[in-house]
Amino acid sequence: MVTFIVRRLIATIFLLVVVSMVTYAVFFLIPRLAGQNSYQLATQYVGRNPTRAAVLDIEQKLGLNEPLWVQYGRFIRGLAFGEHYNSGTSSTYCPPPCFGYSFRSQQAVWPLMVSSLPVTISLAIGAAILWLVGGVAIGVVSALKRGTLFDRFSMGIALAGVSLPIFFTGLLSLALFSYKWPIFPNVTFVPFTQNPLLWARNLVLPWVTLAFLYAALYARLTRAGMLETMSEDYIRTARAKGLNERTVIIKHGLRAALTPIITIFGMDLGALLGGAVITEHTFSLNGLGQFTILAIDNQDLPEILGVTMLAAFFIIIANLAVDILYAVVDPRVRH
Amino acid sequence: MAVWRGRTKGGARDAAAPEVTDTSAPATSAMLDVRDLKIHFPTDDGLVKAVDGISFTLDRGKTLGIVGESGSGKSVTSLGIMGLHHGTNAKVSGKIWLDGEELIAASAARVRELRGDKVAMIFQDPLSSLHPYYTVGYQISEAYLIHNKVGKKAAKQHAIEMLNRVGIPNPQTRVDDYPHQFSGGMRQRAMIAMSLSCNPELLIADEPTTALDVTVQAQILDLMADLQQEFGSAVIIITHDLGVVAELADDILVMYAGRMAEYGTSEDIFDRPAHPYAWGLLGSMPRMDRARSERLIPIPGTPPSLINVPSGCPFHPRCAYAANTNGKSFNEVPPLRAVGPGHQAACHLSTDEQRRIWGELLAAQLSVADSDQQREDA
Repeated sequence: MVTFIVRRLIATIFLLVVVSMVTYAVFFLIPRLAGQNSYQLATQYVGRNPTRAAVLDIEQKLGLNEPLWVQYGRFIRGLAFGEHYNSGTSSTYCPPPCFGYSFRSQQAVWPLMVSSLPVTISLAIGAAILWLVGGVAIGVVSALKRGTLFDRFSMGIALAGVSLPIFFTGLLSLALFSYKWPIFPNVTFVPFTQNPLLWARNLVLPWVTLAFLYAALYARLTRAGMLETMSEDYIRTARAKGLNERTVIIKHGLRAALTPIITIFGMDLGALLGGAVITEHTFSLNGLGQFTILAIDNQDLPEILGVTMLAAFFIIIANLAVDILYAVVDPRVRH
Repeated sequence: MAVWRGRTKGGARDAAAPEVTDTSAPATSAMLDVRDLKIHFPTDDGLVKAVDGISFTLDRGKTLGIVGESGSGKSVTSLGIMGLHHGTNAKVSGKIWLDGEELIAASAARVRELRGDKVAMIFQDPLSSLHPYYTVGYQISEAYLIHNKVGKKAAKQHAIEMLNRVGIPNPQTRVDDYPHQFSGGMRQRAMIAMSLSCNPELLIADEPTTALDVTVQAQILDLMADLQQEFGSAVIIITHDLGVVAELADDILVMYAGRMAEYGTSEDIFDRPAHPYAWGLLGSMPRMDRARSERLIPIPGTPPSLINVPSGCPFHPRCAYAANTNGKSFNEVPPLRAVGPGHQAACHLSTDEQRRIWGELLAAQLSVADSDQQREDA
């Protein structure tokens, strides 16, 4: 088990390095290959209508005129130790982990992202708990009561949940529960540490909206998985032992059916932590998703680079967590 | 429909069984008394009569072999005795007395109490029948834990003891292994350990050796025979392999299309089979003691669909002797009748006719064997 985790950790670190290389290449190598020189590249980091001096200053600061491998080395060093951007005339410090410096907003990227992280994490975790519990529970009951009214009704709702886009269900929920019947009048982020009750109350609508989409997916998956496992031979064995039906379903059936759910749950949560773009935008929550939209709108390359790296990081870590969890759940993986 | 009453405890059977319709109490002191068991499944395509009137008895320490092709209702019979049809849409009728307690009318909860305790089961494929996520020891102790008031530690100790008994080396360490770390034969041994962990009075083995290597099959059968001696359980062995029942069974029930084709002692079925289907099964069974050049004789055709069972004798489309019955085979369902002491068959052929044909079949086989022997001698 320990060797398994160590092996996975090494693979994860390797993967992170590869991701950083690929991301870096997308932002710095490909423009070069497309024929841009370092001056043209530098113009993308300055802002609209820059002076020639400002562009040269940036070119110098970012070291865009240096060989690519030196630039990549500086990038990695910046992640670990921080980075001094120095053009001779002015010096800017970007503390570690330095994902880059947004010269447009005159700030290091990392603190900007960090400030929007609590929103995204609150949104993702809350919704994840809702959809995991709700989706799995509905899926299990649907599978056990296959063909009944409950099954048909919940699967119908699930189909709607999978099909309806968040910007529709989100706006609908806002219209109904924020304006018409103001049960949840404010959807603004209040930090958990400041007022947990208000934090939860203000996030109910985004949570439910986001969870609705995923719960629908998970209900369908769980139902299919349960139908399959409940017809397995080992379920018959469990019944033949004289176990009561609840033990048979939960200990023997659900345990096995949950394995694939864990996999996609990890991936979904990881992806959401990188920014629930549409949900955040629909509810005007200033999380990582909104940050991403703004960065793209402003063509703020360091910010886009930072958010890309962070999203990739979340997915890789989620992947690692899933792998380890998988080994905990399924003994065939760890031996 | 003639219902066979079952033999008395001594094993001598009441050959001239009268028509018994009173099924309010077990007529025998046999440990297991199944009478006119019917298990029907309503489906969209029609009623599937998976089991359609099965009666037999079984004493302690004895072994009954239920033989038949796939889809003859063997496994469904066993699931009915185990009460595992609860929760399905099966329509069950008839009587099953286990130690004087009737099981079909009993509540699902009561049957569950008996399951794994008094009645246990071994399944065909030990890999898919064991849960991949739990240790072998845990799965063995699970049954012991619910049927006995013991702690987890005692249950684990019991699991180790059971593993030891079924011949698993190093049971103290293997008890913590997962099924995938066991070989096929060891898994079936673990399965047997699990089923015997509560010292059941009745053990049902559904094709216990079918999924195993031939070399392991004999070991498992020997183990089952030994443990039966030790535990004194009654055993029902369900198989399509006559070799397995030849080795273990005291009595044999041949099933066809959910009905009883023939029922008798092991000697009855192997030495003087009365039903053409039994002849077919015996003819298609490879045997070491027969000549090599002797061809196996397959039964033509396939088992019938249980929704559209052929009219008359369900076996008549595949029976070479159906024409010898003045058309009765095509129209009338043959009742189960005595063809010898404690030996019954559901066939329209007269007993004399059956004896004559079997004699001819036997002679033909012997002559083939003789000529083969002569060729080898020459």
